[in-house]
Amino acid sequence: MLHFVQSSTTASRSIIDVSWFDLGLACGLMLIAIGIARWQGLGLAQRFVIGAIRTVVQLVLVGYVLVYILALDSWYLVVAALLIMLMVATKAAVNRQHESSHKLLMITGVAMLVASGLTLLYISTLVVRVAPWYNPQYVIPLFGMIVGSTMNAAAIAAERLHSEVTARQAEIEAYLALGASYQQAAQQPVRQALRAALIPTINGLMVVGIVTLPGMMTGQILAGVSPLIAIRYQIVVVFMQAAAVAITTAIVTLWYRRTFFTPALQLKLQTSASTA
Amino acid sequence: MKEVTEKMASVQPHNDASTTDTLPVPTGLTAAFTLKGVRQVKAGITVVDDIELAIPHGEIIALVGPSGAGKTSLLRLLNRLDDPVGGEIFYRARHITQYPVQALRRKVGFVFQTPVMFPGTVRDNLHVALALSGEPGQDADKRIAEALELAELEPALCDRAGDRLSGGQKQRVNIARALMTAPDVLLMDEPTSALDPETADRLMETTRRLSREQHLTVVMVTHRLSEARRTSDRTIVLERGRIVASGSTTDVFGSTTNPRMRAFLDSEK
Repeated sequence: MLHFVQSSTTASRSIIDVSWFDLGLACGLMLIAIGIARWQGLGLAQRFVIGAIRTVVQLVLVGYVLVYILALDSWYLVVAALLIMLMVATKAAVNRQHESSHKLLMITGVAMLVASGLTLLYISTLVVRVAPWYNPQYVIPLFGMIVGSTMNAAAIAAERLHSEVTARQAEIEAYLALGASYQQAAQQPVRQALRAALIPTINGLMVVGIVTLPGMMTGQILAGVSPLIAIRYQIVVVFMQAAAVAITTAIVTLWYRRTFFTPALQLKLQTSASTA
Repeated sequence: MKEVTEKMASVQPHNDASTTDTLPVPTGLTAAFTLKGVRQVKAGITVVDDIELAIPHGEIIALVGPSGAGKTSLLRLLNRLDDPVGGEIFYRARHITQYPVQALRRKVGFVFQTPVMFPGTVRDNLHVALALSGEPGQDADKRIAEALELAELEPALCDRAGDRLSGGQKQRVNIARALMTAPDVLLMDEPTSALDPETADRLMETTRRLSREQHLTVVMVTHRLSEARRTSDRTIVLERGRIVASGSTTDVFGSTTNPRMRAFLDSEK
């Protein structure tokens, strides 16, 4: 069992402070990106500017919020913060769909709540052994990383399921016409949706540390933590994200598929092949 | 004169005022389906309008009519791929909704206009249907061989990938697959529309033999009037969702006097 402790090396190494002036210099990098967008006439320059401004504003705000949250000493305020994070992520995941609905919002929200909640519980009680259990210094960033992963997975799973069902209407109706259940009729779309949502995570497991250096790990190293501790945290994070993504995609696809069928096992989408 | 009158009586033109007329059912035959005042609406448009109909057991019924007449929409109601917005449908004298929908669909097979192949080989395709029928027993190979024979497919095709078949072969596999659940009724939605005339003729001959030998009721949508004339026992002509003529195929094609229908029926000559 892993048991993480605060690195003693942290105190021995100083962190190079990035001042507001330094941050201003970093804006030069954004000017390069904006310049390329303008040069190629992509129509994206304005969106780059807005994105850059939003990045600064959002992160500055989050910084102040985190300073406040990390100082919290009451479990209900921490839980409230987690729920707000979950709700925002749920809305963001559903907004990425071509067809969003209250039903899909509920499915996505419940899937992310169950997946993120169970994974956080496992990590915080068995692996990291956070004390007290709501310690915001650990719970908030861990939950944030889990929710971020589940948000992407839920969005991919729902979008892919919808597009697969739409593309495979004829096949699904052929199954239904033979007396198949909706689970049998939607087997292929569900498999495709699960694969699409899980493959990025599997690919991430394959290349982590080789092609990419994860943000959390590099952040810890920049902050002076020993790489040997940082990688252990990163392994835990990658594993918890994999579990959360798998749980989320399973719940979203298996629950969402039911919404494509009526109680009489009729496909709700209009069959383009069906002519009057 | 009396003979002509009797003949015309069996061809029942259904105008707006006579929608309660039903297709005459020969005595001694049980109706496979009975439709009473059936209406269907799609995208705000009435595609099936107040249909009164009895489909006799063991016969081949052709549904013909111009595009948009409601043929496919009507066919889809019979195994509940869609439900009507109004009216009642009875299958073997019981309301269609009283059957568990999966059991109903195993007894009322459906062959689509464009053949749909499931992943895998022809054998896999047929095995899926067998598994869905709840009888994937030890005699699976025997039943698959029988279905292939009924659909006039060579046994050698059994292990060929579904996507490597010709259009006609795919449609025959779809028919064989529908037969795996031992249906009483086979609904066919323009099964020959994508086939060349020669292949289409052979498929229709197979359909006719199946109906005779397996005592299958076949309800077939077709836009080929010659096909309806040669294959079906009864013909129903639909226009704008309504039945405009129905009766024995010989009578419908031979005796109707409605000029618009006459023009339609003669359109392929």
